[in-house]
This record gives sequence, C-alpha cells and structure tokens, in this order.
Amino acid sequence: MHEFALADAVIRSALEFAEQGGIARITKLVVRIGELQTIAREVFDYALKEIMPAAEPRLAEAVIVLETEPARFRCRPCAHEFTLAESGGPKEAEDAEAMHFIPELAHACLRCPRCQSPDFELLEGRGVSIASIEGE
Amino acid sequence: MDPRLSVVGARLAGAARILGVTGGKGGIGKSCVASALALALARAGRRCGLLDLDLTGPTDHVILGAPAGFPEEAHGVEPPLCSGVRFMSLTCFAGERPAPLRGADVTNALLEILAITRWGELDALIIDLPPGLGDAAMDCVRLIPRAEYLVVANASRVVQETVRRNLRLLTEMKAPVRGVVENMARSGSDEVRRLAAEHGAPFLGSLPFDETLEPAIGSAERLARTPFFAAVSALRKTLFP
Repeated sequence: MHEFALADAVIRSALEFAEQGGIARITKLVVRIGELQTIAREVFDYALKEIMPAAEPRLAEAVIVLETEPARFRCRPCAHEFTLAESGGPKEAEDAEAMHFIPELAHACLRCPRCQSPDFELLEGRGVSIASIEGE
Repeated sequence: MDPRLSVVGARLAGAARILGVTGGKGGIGKSCVASALALALARAGRRCGLLDLDLTGPTDHVILGAPAGFPEEAHGVEPPLCSGVRFMSLTCFAGERPAPLRGADVTNALLEILAITRWGELDALIIDLPPGLGDAAMDCVRLIPRAEYLVVANASRVVQETVRRNLRLLTEMKAPVRGVVENMARSGSDEVRRLAAEHGAPFLGSLPFDETLEPAIGSAERLARTPFFAAVSALRKTLFP
C-alpha cells in the first residue's frame, strides 16, 4: 500500500518541523487528506501508527487528527466550478486507481461537467498535507 | 505543509549516482539515449533505475517495451523490472490516457512519483528529462541537488541554439554537467565538440545516426544489437566506469 509511503512522509515532515522549531513534544498533528486521492482513512491511520518510531519521544503523546478535504475544481475555458461528484467521478476502477496514486491524473480521467474540458484547476482536496502541528 | 518534500531525499538515498539526461529540443534522441544508457548499465551488471520525467510526452516505456499495468505496492510503489532496469513513468499509472498537465500539476505529479517510489539500492538512476528548461528540469535541479547531467545535442544550429541555453542555465544553477554527447551524428563535424568546449563541459563523443534503431524500438534484445547501443555502451563506460 502506498499509504505507508505518504504516512512516512508525514512523520518525517512533522519531526523536521519540530526540529527546526525547537519543539520537544508534538501534542497534536492535523493531517488533511484530499478527496481526490481517495485514501482510506483507516488504512492511513494504521500506516501512521505503524510508521511512527516507537522510541520517538517527540511523537509519543501526539494526537493525530485526520481531516478529509473535499475536492473542488475550476474549469479554465468556461470558469465553471465543480466538485468531484459533479464531475461524475472516475468512470472506471482503473481511473480511480490512477488518481489514487497520482491525483493530477484527474486531468486524464475527469472532465468539466459543463464543457467537457480536461483543462481545469484543482482548487482544493488534492492529496495528503499537514494542516497544523501543535507542540511545546 | 507539503510532507512529500521531506521524503524525496530518503527515497533516493539508495541510488549511488543520479544522472539527468537533458537537451534543449524535442526529437534529438534524449529518451533513446537515456533508455539505452540504462539498458547498457543493466547489461554491465549494474543495478540501474530509469525514471521518465517527460510527464506529458513519455516514451521510455515504448523504447524498452515495458509492460503496461500498475506497479506493485509495498510501503510505496516498486518500480517494475524491465529488461534488468527498474522503470518508473507516469505511464505506469496513466496507461495510454493523455495527461494534459500544466506547471503546478507537473510539479505535483513529479513530486508524488518521487515521494512514493521505492528504488532500493541502485548503482545509478537515469532520469529522462523533457526538452528545454521547463518545470520538470527546474524541479529536478531543485529537488535532487546531487543529480548530475548529460546534455544531448546534435550538429543542427537549431538544436545548438537551445542546448547552449540549457548549458548556461545548468552552469548558473551549479548543476554538475558530466558532459555533452552528440547524437544522430552522420559525418565528422566539430560543432558539438566546440559547443561543449565553449561551456567548459567535456565532449563525450558521438552516437551515430542509426537506421537500424527504429525497427529495434520496443525490444531490449534488438536494441542491444544496434550500432547505436554499442556507442551508448562506450558512453556508459566513460560515465560509469
């Protein structure tokens, strides 16, 4: 599962942030999961816990919150704004799988529901990002 | 905060050397050189990876005849082995669908590939870059600071005009240029050698225009029997002794 690779990136990034900010103990880590990447929360949560170094004191008491961010798009040719559901979503299982690995493949798999263009901006809800880190 | 930036270095840590194959213009054979170089490394017993970063016009899978299909997942994605080469491309995910990507999309897709691909231990990772000085080339310099570069040129003045800009930019960005190679050489000419000398880069020789190359596309076995491949194998010895 490539969720482990993304969870690994989140943990490394949080520890880097703590290192640079002089944070001895991370108390809360809010991770945003974009709807477009269709990452299963329970898989990602499991991956985070598996990846987290057991002996890492900076993360020992961290509360991890996973938030889902809905995907929003804006078509460049016709300026129409739409959601993933309004686009009709991926047509085939392979389309969903492609966007799961590389969310930018939305441009290969989705179309603007108004003008059918593949030329749209992804405004929100792409993939995994760190929304906030709290610590002391 | 983008967590992927924290993991790129770790994903590539197992690659002893990383070589970007670049050039100013499309159609000068960068992908053939990159693919053949990766194949030459594998045939010399080296552990080699090939990453096609020409996201909107990928072709390395065609050149090597890489099988279609999603890669295996194991705490990330494992580049499939193709004729001895660990291979990764957007086509592993997109298949035959066209992927129209603009600037930020290119950077995001490239970063995602770098963040999730587990290359393991490699003697060399060859990166096939798209022509010119666009997002992928700039991101390669930014995200993989230890990458070295091989610049592909030919005797055409049109090509040299673009390659000259490439060399100037790489030099300005302090990206190490291992050398310039002339591709599709038809007769003895010194233009590419002079171009390399102008920029203080080693001239690494000429790869012949080879009419047997096109029929060999798609088969590593046939590719390996071409005079072009023999010349690339000599280039491999220079770059990776």
